[in-house]
Amino acid sequence: MSRALRFAPLAILLVLIAGLVWRLATPADTTIGSKLEGKPIPAFILPAALPTKPTLNSAGLATGQVRLVNIFASWCVPCIAEVKVLQQLKARGVHIDGIAVRDRSDDVANFLAERGDPYERIGSDTQSQVQISLGSSGVPESFIVDGKGIIRYQHIGPITDDDVPMILAKLEQAE
Amino acid sequence: MKALLVTLMLLVAMPALADGNLPPAYWSDRQLPDPKEEAQAQALMNQLRCLVCQGQSIADSDADLAGDMRDLVRRRIAAGEKPVAIRAWLIQRYGTWISYKPTAEPAAWPLWLAPLALLIIGALLIRRRIGVGKRS
Repeated sequence: MSRALRFAPLAILLVLIAGLVWRLATPADTTIGSKLEGKPIPAFILPAALPTKPTLNSAGLATGQVRLVNIFASWCVPCIAEVKVLQQLKARGVHIDGIAVRDRSDDVANFLAERGDPYERIGSDTQSQVQISLGSSGVPESFIVDGKGIIRYQHIGPITDDDVPMILAKLEQAE
Repeated sequence: MKALLVTLMLLVAMPALADGNLPPAYWSDRQLPDPKEEAQAQALMNQLRCLVCQGQSIADSDADLAGDMRDLVRRRIAAGEKPVAIRAWLIQRYGTWISYKPTAEPAAWPLWLAPLALLIIGALLIRRRIGVGKRS
């Protein structure tokens, strides 16, 4: 065995340790984005979440208008903070629709009465079926859908104040 | 006294709500009446990764979303859809990440080729050993 080869196990061990240390220092990103960005929104029909508000269907998302579809729930804690930001967006003329995941009508009504209501239409997705068909993996999430019904951008997690300029730019791009 | 206080506090304590407040979907924890269909559903559910508890399959996870995905799998299998088609439908949405079954795409080639490469290396090593033995 040559001299150099004798150190091979040590070299392999060092490479292995370096790899492990690197992974510990920069953990892998575990968010799973939807593969439907750039593709048409899948067809869906949802019952209305509230008796006082129209529901959201895929047919209502290809009407020549750019819209923000927000996936939320009354039981979702980050949604409480997000709904305020959505109202700012609404005040700037953004059209926002909601999909309430695993929620009761009463709970949605209370949530919106307490926290404010930025939604024009809300569909009720009681068994996450539309959420899954959109490739969404949690609440809250938002999809920017253009006038032709194409998903242009998916935002994972709550939209915060800092995200507002970026979201407005994405909406502009989708025009 | 302390025990009583702790008991009282446990009684008024509310669990933190990280999941929805609706009951689980109908087929999430219920077997299909047809054992053949149920076996198909089980096999597929064991190969689909939960989006919430990312180390678990949807068959193992207690997350609401995993329950709703089990419901989706059982419903579609009961409706006559092939497991391959359901997997493809989910991969279209979440990418190959959702499936534990390795695919044939280029990123997975080393995985398929590694056993072959190791076998060849092993054979070469053995040949060298035996060859050396014969000569001496």
